[in-house]
Amino acid sequence: MVNLTINGKKISVPEGTTILEAAKQNNIMIPTLCYMEGVHSFGSCRICVVEVEGAKTLQASCITAVREGMVVRTNTEEVRKTRKLIYELVLSDHPKDCLNCARNQDCELQKLGEIIQISESRFEGEKSKVKIDDSSPSIIRDSSKCVLCRRCVTVCNEIQGVGILNAQQRGFRTTIAPAADLPLSSVDCSYCGQCTTVCPVGALQENESMWRVWQALDDKRKRVVIQTAPAIRAALGEEFGYEPGTLVTGKMVTALKLMGFDDVFDTNFAADLTIIEEGNEFLQRIKRAFSGEEVALPMVTSCSPGWVKFVEHNFPGELDHISTCKSPHMMMGALVKSYYADKIGIDPEDIFVVSVMPCTAKKFEITRPEMVNNGVPNVDAVITTRELARMIKEAGIDFKTLEDGEFDNLLGLSTGAADIFATTGGVMEAALRTVYEIITGREIPFEKLHVTPIMGLEQVKTAEIKIENPLDEYRFLNGVTVKIAVTSGLAGARKLMEEVEKGQSPYHFIEVMGCPGGCISGGGQPRPTNDETRKKRMEAIYKEDEGKELRKSHENPFIKKIYEEFLKEPLGHKSHELLHTHYMARV
Amino acid sequence: MNNNSITLCRCMEETEEEKFRRIEEVIDEYRNEGGNLIPILHMAQGIYGYLPLELLQFIADKLGKPLSEVYGVTTFYSFFSTKPRGENTIRVCLGTACYVRGGKKIVEKLKQILGVDVGETTEDRKFTLEVMRCMGACGLAPAMTINDKVYKQVNPDKLESIIEKY
Repeated sequence: MVNLTINGKKISVPEGTTILEAAKQNNIMIPTLCYMEGVHSFGSCRICVVEVEGAKTLQASCITAVREGMVVRTNTEEVRKTRKLIYELVLSDHPKDCLNCARNQDCELQKLGEIIQISESRFEGEKSKVKIDDSSPSIIRDSSKCVLCRRCVTVCNEIQGVGILNAQQRGFRTTIAPAADLPLSSVDCSYCGQCTTVCPVGALQENESMWRVWQALDDKRKRVVIQTAPAIRAALGEEFGYEPGTLVTGKMVTALKLMGFDDVFDTNFAADLTIIEEGNEFLQRIKRAFSGEEVALPMVTSCSPGWVKFVEHNFPGELDHISTCKSPHMMMGALVKSYYADKIGIDPEDIFVVSVMPCTAKKFEITRPEMVNNGVPNVDAVITTRELARMIKEAGIDFKTLEDGEFDNLLGLSTGAADIFATTGGVMEAALRTVYEIITGREIPFEKLHVTPIMGLEQVKTAEIKIENPLDEYRFLNGVTVKIAVTSGLAGARKLMEEVEKGQSPYHFIEVMGCPGGCISGGGQPRPTNDETRKKRMEAIYKEDEGKELRKSHENPFIKKIYEEFLKEPLGHKSHELLHTHYMARV
Repeated sequence: MNNNSITLCRCMEETEEEKFRRIEEVIDEYRNEGGNLIPILHMAQGIYGYLPLELLQFIADKLGKPLSEVYGVTTFYSFFSTKPRGENTIRVCLGTACYVRGGKKIVEKLKQILGVDVGETTEDRKFTLEVMRCMGACGLAPAMTINDKVYKQVNPDKLESIIEKY
């Protein structure tokens, strides 16, 4: 332990602690801007400067480690004055158009003003050029608002391992941008949107689609169908002041009905369907492999469109490993505009499907040319969790007072297996609950059906499951140990795919989610997303699963019904047409 | 610029391919050394003359680094250029001493003579005009360099005759 004094208070903290952390642990708040706990401590903004006795200059507390006998002051006149000066200098190159900025009231630079208390803005100088990159359907980059904190650089390079954003040029001309300031649409960006969740200001945001949804709702000729992803219910509440991890499924459904959506469906239904299709696809690959055919194994999940775009850019030779299943909301869209349109006797052209997603990459996914059936796109608009919250507020709905509502059927009922799609490890667990039972006729041998080795926030998680006494059809699997791996975040995905590329992957089945933690912390989720919120949202998701009577996708009665009435069989003709897709090498 | 008007013999020059091959050799040599990016960029610029995007992409791929990082480092240092450079580089010092003794006037005059802005290259690819912050020759202010030669106490009116020598 290291002993030091902060503001006259004697404290003792473990070696390696920064002054900022030591202060925080002792309830002394030092204002910060670029710092992000556990993600980014870079000292680029200098807002967190403090006085350290004996040091020539003020020290950035986020990057200065404590030393024995250190005497620190965080609230002297010099410190306050310097902070104000730094804040004013940051503002001197900021547009200050807060009232028409999407981050108004949700901006860390704005909030900081409340703490720093400046009464004038003395430095009105040249401004960085306004350059808005809206080339991507997922993410908008407005460099005039950027405060050069470099959080996005850390997330893009170190956490995601993608490396699209980096500091370019120097001095006043510095921008955080792709190489040569190329538009996002022409570089290998996966559109995961993690940069938008860490940006403290309005420099990186989702490309908004709210106006398209309002337009559809106002169009009397359109039947507007909305679906919500598994992860929305565990995070939307945060936008209305609820604690992270508060489930607001019922209120969310009521709000959507009040907003005027004609049908409120649950992407979870399609998640159950994905398990049936993907589970059978896996079994088919295994069967073919065991009969000596050349089959691409491991099979890798395909529900995360950021991951899919990443693999298309970085491992174009390995695309046959990716499951051909469309992601759940695309399956839902395809079914709404075929099966459901038929049921209610409406021309698919007159249906507008909106997906609420925790994701920015989904905005790109719906523009893929493969995501069209019978001449109509599967899904017409994607809004993020954050956009939905803004729409609910704009509609004048007092969210907290709402009664719980229920999803509409036929496409609204889901099992617990679908809920856990929201979190890393969930798709794999859901698949195993079904696949293991198909093979052995028994439930997976884990307590509460949770495959514990693949739960949690570690980058790569693995498990082995030995098949014993399978049903006759699967006799060839007797004694076989099925090896699985789960990763979330693209840096982990790259590691696993490098093994696949070298032909050294020991696994049969891999789950990849593009965002660290899975969809619960997707690029479209409420800010801030950190490990604490991840854990709370994850707990909420498992709670939702455990609270369901039906917890295995194949038990969903509406799934059984849709196969009887429409799809006929997993991987059948209709499935291939509507629920499966293909990928393209992006080089 | 009409490239067709230049009819120099190029038989002795390295082809693009040969230059890339030489750069690849440099990369291979430094591949496993920490902090190798700047020396590699430096040598690549020496071989290729400047660092166009395609070359930076080549270096990034070979080193397994993101292009945005390689491009970021390139544009951070003023001695690296992403645009074609002239045969000769004129650098005018605008450090404090040279600045107060008229460095700015030298820049203005050179802009006028060469018909280019700072950072640009003349159409005939003869000169690239740059400014620098203190070359450590404050006693010679205002100073400038053309390639490796230092010109001291430069008189703007004599610039034309200096340039003519190149």
